[in-house]
Amino acid sequence: MTDIVPPSEPPRPPVPRLPEEPLPTLPLPSSEPDFWRADRGLRSWLLTSDHKRIGILFLIGTSLSLVLGGVFALLLRIELLTPERTIVDASTYARFFTHHGIIMVWMFMIPVIPGVFGNFFLPIMIGAKDVAFPRLNLASFYVYVIGAVFTLVALVAGGVDTGWTFYVPYSTTTVSSVGWVVCGVFILGVSSILSGLNFIVTVHTLRIRGLGWMQLPLFVWNIYATAIIQVLATPVLGLSLALVGVDHVWHLGIFEPQYGGDPILFQHLFWFYSHPAVYIMILPAFGVITEVVCSYSHNPPLSYKALVAASLGIAFVGFLTWGHHMFVAGMSTFDSGVFGALSMFVAIFSAIKVFTWTATLRGGSIWFSTPIFYFFGFMFLFVFGGMSGVAVATSSLDVPWHDTYFVVAHFHFIMVGGTLTGFLAALHYWFPKITGRMYSERWGLVSAMAVNLGFFFTFMPQFLLGNAGMPRRYYTYPPQYQWLNVLSTAGASILAIGLVITVSYLAVACWRGPRAGKNPWRSRCFEWRVPSPPPKHNFLETPRWKSGAYDYHAAEE
Amino acid sequence: MQPLGAIVHDENPYADQAQREHALRLGMWVFLGSETLLFAGLFGLYAGYRARYPEQFALAGMHNEEWIGSVNTFVLIVSSFFAAWAIHLVRGDRPRAAMWSLGAVILLGLTFLGLKSVEYSHHLAEGIAPASYYRYAELPERGARMFFTLYYFMTGLHALHVIAGLTVMVWLITRLRRGKATAEHHVELEMGGLYWHLVDIVWIFLWPLLYLST
Amino acid sequence: MNELYRTLLNLPPQASTVARHIDYLHYVVITTSVLGAVGVAVATGWFLYRYRASRVPEGARSHIEHVPFSLELVVVGGLLGMFLLFWLVGYRQFVHLRTPPQGAMDVYVVAKQWMWAFAYPDGSASNRDLYVPVGRPVRLLMTSRDVIHSFWVPPFRVKQDVVPGRMTFTWFEARTPGTYDIMCAEYCGPHHSRMRGRVIVLAPDDYAAWQEGQWQAAQAEAGGAPANLAQLGERVAAERGCLRCHTVDGTPHLGPSWAGLYHAPIQLADGRTVLVDDAYLTESMMDPLAKVHRGYAPVMPSYLGLLSAAETAAIVEYIHSLAGVVPVRARQSPLAPGQNVNLTLPSVDAPRAPSLTPTPTPTQTPRQEAEPEGKGP
Repeated sequence: MTDIVPPSEPPRPPVPRLPEEPLPTLPLPSSEPDFWRADRGLRSWLLTSDHKRIGILFLIGTSLSLVLGGVFALLLRIELLTPERTIVDASTYARFFTHHGIIMVWMFMIPVIPGVFGNFFLPIMIGAKDVAFPRLNLASFYVYVIGAVFTLVALVAGGVDTGWTFYVPYSTTTVSSVGWVVCGVFILGVSSILSGLNFIVTVHTLRIRGLGWMQLPLFVWNIYATAIIQVLATPVLGLSLALVGVDHVWHLGIFEPQYGGDPILFQHLFWFYSHPAVYIMILPAFGVITEVVCSYSHNPPLSYKALVAASLGIAFVGFLTWGHHMFVAGMSTFDSGVFGALSMFVAIFSAIKVFTWTATLRGGSIWFSTPIFYFFGFMFLFVFGGMSGVAVATSSLDVPWHDTYFVVAHFHFIMVGGTLTGFLAALHYWFPKITGRMYSERWGLVSAMAVNLGFFFTFMPQFLLGNAGMPRRYYTYPPQYQWLNVLSTAGASILAIGLVITVSYLAVACWRGPRAGKNPWRSRCFEWRVPSPPPKHNFLETPRWKSGAYDYHAAEE
Repeated sequence: MQPLGAIVHDENPYADQAQREHALRLGMWVFLGSETLLFAGLFGLYAGYRARYPEQFALAGMHNEEWIGSVNTFVLIVSSFFAAWAIHLVRGDRPRAAMWSLGAVILLGLTFLGLKSVEYSHHLAEGIAPASYYRYAELPERGARMFFTLYYFMTGLHALHVIAGLTVMVWLITRLRRGKATAEHHVELEMGGLYWHLVDIVWIFLWPLLYLST
Repeated sequence: MNELYRTLLNLPPQASTVARHIDYLHYVVITTSVLGAVGVAVATGWFLYRYRASRVPEGARSHIEHVPFSLELVVVGGLLGMFLLFWLVGYRQFVHLRTPPQGAMDVYVVAKQWMWAFAYPDGSASNRDLYVPVGRPVRLLMTSRDVIHSFWVPPFRVKQDVVPGRMTFTWFEARTPGTYDIMCAEYCGPHHSRMRGRVIVLAPDDYAAWQEGQWQAAQAEAGGAPANLAQLGERVAAERGCLRCHTVDGTPHLGPSWAGLYHAPIQLADGRTVLVDDAYLTESMMDPLAKVHRGYAPVMPSYLGLLSAAETAAIVEYIHSLAGVVPVRARQSPLAPGQNVNLTLPSVDAPRAPSLTPTPTPTQTPRQEAEPEGKGP
């Protein structure tokens, strides 16, 4: 059997070692237009089954959600500038933090990396033309939109003030649009399940011949592990919110104490989903970081198997740790012990990854680029955030920290310092592949610094606020907490500016950036073997790959 | 049947029909996993509340009419048999007979729903309604109220799935009528059958918890 | 060292016996975390610098560096061991936090939107301010009237969610006299951040004086001082409608008879057995649905806010005085067991009337005043 090679290209000029030098313009193969140009018109986008276009649609949806969630964050931080009322009353403030949480968790963090980059790259990375169920893929986008619309309607129709955690009995008795919101989140959950189902089946069935599980790019493994959690955990969220909804609207209460219900059972049900959910948020970012580290250091991962085992370990053990949200909730002491110990185990898998990433750099030939700056920020912010997680998993320490700003700082370090950083790294890393153009590295560095510094000054003061005792979701606070709150708000403004800068220069680069070649980073991973941007069906011929995704010793294909 | 690659159909990423069918079957199993977790949440709540109110759960369970529950279990098991039988018939190249078998599934499913409606109406007449609407004076304790609330939620969610399953059966009958399923290629029938079996299995777990107290 | 760390980390004073131990563990864990994160960042930065492409051109590498598996095992195993050590120490401290010492003084805490109410076993009560003696373990038995709240005193490092429909507990022993803020730590509505209180820790003499002050204030309230507290209790019980449901001679009626009830063991609806002591009687007046006597319908309304401290104490004393009465069981109750009756007594927690549209319940009004008048010195 002869190997099929893509049509020959004109001889390439020597590729400079550092990507700051201008890249040569490469003509696209004339046999097929790229996926942007393949079909024209709005209908071809809205009714597409091309996984790459669906990824772009998700990018639009999740980016808008990030902006909206971010606006609520800025508003609440402005309110917290003074100990008493600054701009709004307590009820409105409660809506700010609730909407911020709901939008960020369910409309941004959960769908973003799988929906955008998972959709775009997973099929290419396994040699497939598309996902297993392309029309279901489009459906999952529209289900996302419908869920988002329901949620946004709730915001307009009076808003919700329960916090994103919907604890009963407050959520079932408060006069706010709980019914609409739980519908919206339920539907968003359906979208998540459909996406996960699609990815699982795709990885199982559409790998090209000869591509075994242990040859898959690690990003694919991480999306796969995420998909398992999405499929198994999200139904429980749907159930718990549906129960809140029917109680709120029709008084069909199952957690009401006066009817014999137990509010703590709601917490068990809710956190059974919501703890694995945080792994849905971070595992894809781990996948991005692995790709970034290997590609820019031109090194294979220190241990491929360790990274795979760690991802699967997180997916499995992550289901067993939910009680660490409930140490002071009224749960038994014994249960608290069990959940605390299991939480320590799940932390070890992340530690394995951090060790592996660091060691992968060793002996590499590292290019500096915006994604590597985000990676550097990630290594500090995520590790510190993760260690603060180990700290709150220590039961006695969680007693003073629970429901204070310490916990808020912990999860923002992981979610912003981890997932958002991973998202930004992915955006830059894959920008040339998606658009066929390069962004400005100078502006990339500026915005990476603004984002990282802004983030640090937003949330580091919150660890100290939590230590001092300031509870979460507090509208007014004792005056001695003010200076830390002001510092935090200042940091948030810088973070916001950094994100605005990012969007701006990336948008400019879409139209004005210099054209990028097939593989500007000299990566060995599979997506860099197709044109930039890829054609509609990803491959001009059925791919035959002679070298692996991390084979930095083989000749480039 | 020719491999799908020969058919110009943009949406299909498959190399051949076998790959497509493998994907669809796997997809259905993954979906069933999801559905299992959905019901598992309610079973978990049942376990939690039963541990809290053991006696009242037992008393309330005794009040449920055991004969309706048991007949319903029998009805669903038989309907599952007919769903599997339909696949067997299709494989034997007897699509018309398979249609009748699926029709039996629908009939039995409707019987199930009918018996449930009778049961619900009996309960409601006695004042047994969920949560804040509960008015049954003979078992006024909170534990009994909680049992019946869970009863309504669990059987209600199950009934919704029965209705969904019956809709799927109707669609499968249509497919058979249009000749879209053949002896070699009938993956949609298999998927529908799998779904119906899940619906049956969930009931088999509900039945002892809700009807067979001593 | 302790003070340096405490100030650096912005921690409140260590005003309870457990605070210092928790803080020591905190210092170890946080130091490890900072060192770990900084260490990883430094290592990453160093490798990024040392192996930059201008220094190590890609073609110039002859082999891929390997890190021995044994090193990886040691690092990961060491980390796991350290995490589990944190867990072990933390869990032991947690068990200590969850085990009130013998002889702890009980105080009942009722949280409601948006205030704290405290009832003491001697019958006194206070709103917002919790009075405790220094150097004595205090156990808090807490419940909520409406939604989940959380009792949080930063200088004590003590926090516990307060849940409606059940009793949760925590304990502390204050080390120094002083006033410490109580904050609610579970979002409970618009006035969540105003739901504050104070723990007033008094030296033993001051505490005794406060208790005495409570009794004198109670006597003054009662007006026309009765000969003793039990007589006052008999009068209050008649005036407040208690005797409509509770008999004093053992006749079965809607509520348990008070004859021979004091210090008798009774069975609760959920199967547990409790002793009818001062604490149980006080709790039953303030939160009657928490521990319902088996065989009786859960219909008693709460008297929180309706009985003054003196009146509560007086009723308890009256029931005490009936301890020796032999119950009369000859007559049947006019009502069948479990029969529901519409009561016209004031009820603060009447079940919601079901309706198809959500209606605001009285306690949810956003502009409700946070703190009603406290009763006490």
